[in-house]
Amino acid sequence: MSNTLKDPIQIRFSGAGGQGLITAGVILSEAAMMDGRNVVQTQTYGPEARLGSSRAEVIISKGTIAYPEVTLPDVLLCMSTEAARKYGAKCTADTVVIFDSTNIGPEFTSPGRVFRLPITETATKVGSKVVANTVALCVLNTLVPVVPRETLAAAIAARVPAKFRELNQRAGEAGEQLAAGLLTPSA
Amino acid sequence: MSKKRLIQGNEACAHAALYAGCNFYAGYPITPSSEVMEILSYEMPKLGRTFIQMEDEIASISAIIGAAWGGAKTLTATSGPGFSLMQEGLGYASITETPCVIVNCQRWGPSTGQPTKGAQGDVMQSIWGTHGDHAIIVVTASTVRDAFDMTVKSFNFAQQYRVPVVLLMDEVLAHMRENIDWPEPGDIEVIEAKRPADVKTYKPFANDEFLPFGHGARYHITGLAHGAEGFAVSDEAAARELKRMVGKVQDHVRDLALHDRYLLDDAELAIISYGITSRPAQSAVDLLRAQGIRAGLLSLKTLWPFPDFLIDEVAERVDTIVVPELNMGQLVREIGRAAGGRSQVIPVSRIDGHLLTPAQIADAAVAPFATSAGKVVRS
Repeated sequence: MSNTLKDPIQIRFSGAGGQGLITAGVILSEAAMMDGRNVVQTQTYGPEARLGSSRAEVIISKGTIAYPEVTLPDVLLCMSTEAARKYGAKCTADTVVIFDSTNIGPEFTSPGRVFRLPITETATKVGSKVVANTVALCVLNTLVPVVPRETLAAAIAARVPAKFRELNQRAGEAGEQLAAGLLTPSA
Repeated sequence: MSKKRLIQGNEACAHAALYAGCNFYAGYPITPSSEVMEILSYEMPKLGRTFIQMEDEIASISAIIGAAWGGAKTLTATSGPGFSLMQEGLGYASITETPCVIVNCQRWGPSTGQPTKGAQGDVMQSIWGTHGDHAIIVVTASTVRDAFDMTVKSFNFAQQYRVPVVLLMDEVLAHMRENIDWPEPGDIEVIEAKRPADVKTYKPFANDEFLPFGHGARYHITGLAHGAEGFAVSDEAAARELKRMVGKVQDHVRDLALHDRYLLDDAELAIISYGITSRPAQSAVDLLRAQGIRAGLLSLKTLWPFPDFLIDEVAERVDTIVVPELNMGQLVREIGRAAGGRSQVIPVSRIDGHLLTPAQIADAAVAPFATSAGKVVRS
């Protein structure tokens, strides 16, 4: 990954309602704010409470953010086949694209730099697929260091209920390891 | 230094209402406004203020009118279907000169439409939805901090002018989160209604002074055309009263016309926008400037009374005015009328439930100057 982070940086989380993607977007936004940057977080969802298509977007900048939605993402996370189908192609060759390979098969492609990682499976191994969003968030922040690692960990701890803090901490560490495996030369 | 917080537009609105001294909320929940009500449902009891979930939106607006005459600073929040139900009450609030605030988080309509999709389709309804000529103030917000400030200003306008004030938000702003500098008490002015010096001689419709029930004055409140004491009048007296009421806001348009300007001073092309659409409009100005076109933005915060004088200033100077809206062209009609043929006025419309993008606005702005070869030519 490049050492210089884009500013503004545009991040899109996509998947199904109930996967916690809006929460993931909010946590990343809080971390960015703790880091002293400006942030806008938007979301798109349907009338269903669960399983409809869901999208959260985060734009982070040291400057003013006028247009609040992502035009072309610098980072794209897809957690469902529908999300991969809908958003996989809406990116550039430089976009870091993260596909949850637990849910998205190899037939789905993207013009971006695709990383396929078993995010939901990792969450299940850690304890519950409910924390797939935390795994994904830490995968994302390891591949593209949007905020300092400790800041993200603090934002996660601040947002989740106390009794799930430890589970989320383990999920975050598992996500970091999952992504770190891709970054080491031997991998 | 004030602390920073990451909050939603609706959260900003709810906390701003408390900041402004709102001590009575009545409402019926509806997407995408529900967070305003939800937050007030647990914050207001803590502060000893009154929160009521009503049976519907007709009851909600009726309750805030009654509570205002009981001496409270009142608010309701809703969206399109509920706002439609409130139109009769809005007229009653207007003719009884009742200070109250109505937040409308606009969603795609008509009817149930698309509850989770934003729009700016209720502009004309906010101004003209209730029948008859009437006094009303309609304002908007385009950022989360703006949602806070404009909520406080809506209460101020309601108190100062004794009119219902409609704050138009939209689904995107309602649910959008931004980091804002949290206003401390005193950072934003909070204005209270003028009280009469002499209770004994108080006439509720003689001027903007406001004395709620139970303070020793005897008067009558009615939806009928009425004179200074509140008793029914007709003919010339009714016409005189209506002119006075409408004049309350129309004659103060320069005080009410809140707006922002962005790179407008040397502009040859102006975008005039309001609400959430001012966000892509500002980015469109940057895109156009990068193409060598001197674009600028006039972002209207107050939509009614309509600020003709602001449009005048722009139309005198620019060749082209672009008006982006998330509807099929509503405020563009007022802007076109006020421009009076001095500038070409180009509407840009989007109605699929998504925001206009900066590129869509910029492309529409240069389209009239594109040659058949597709190149942009500026004289």
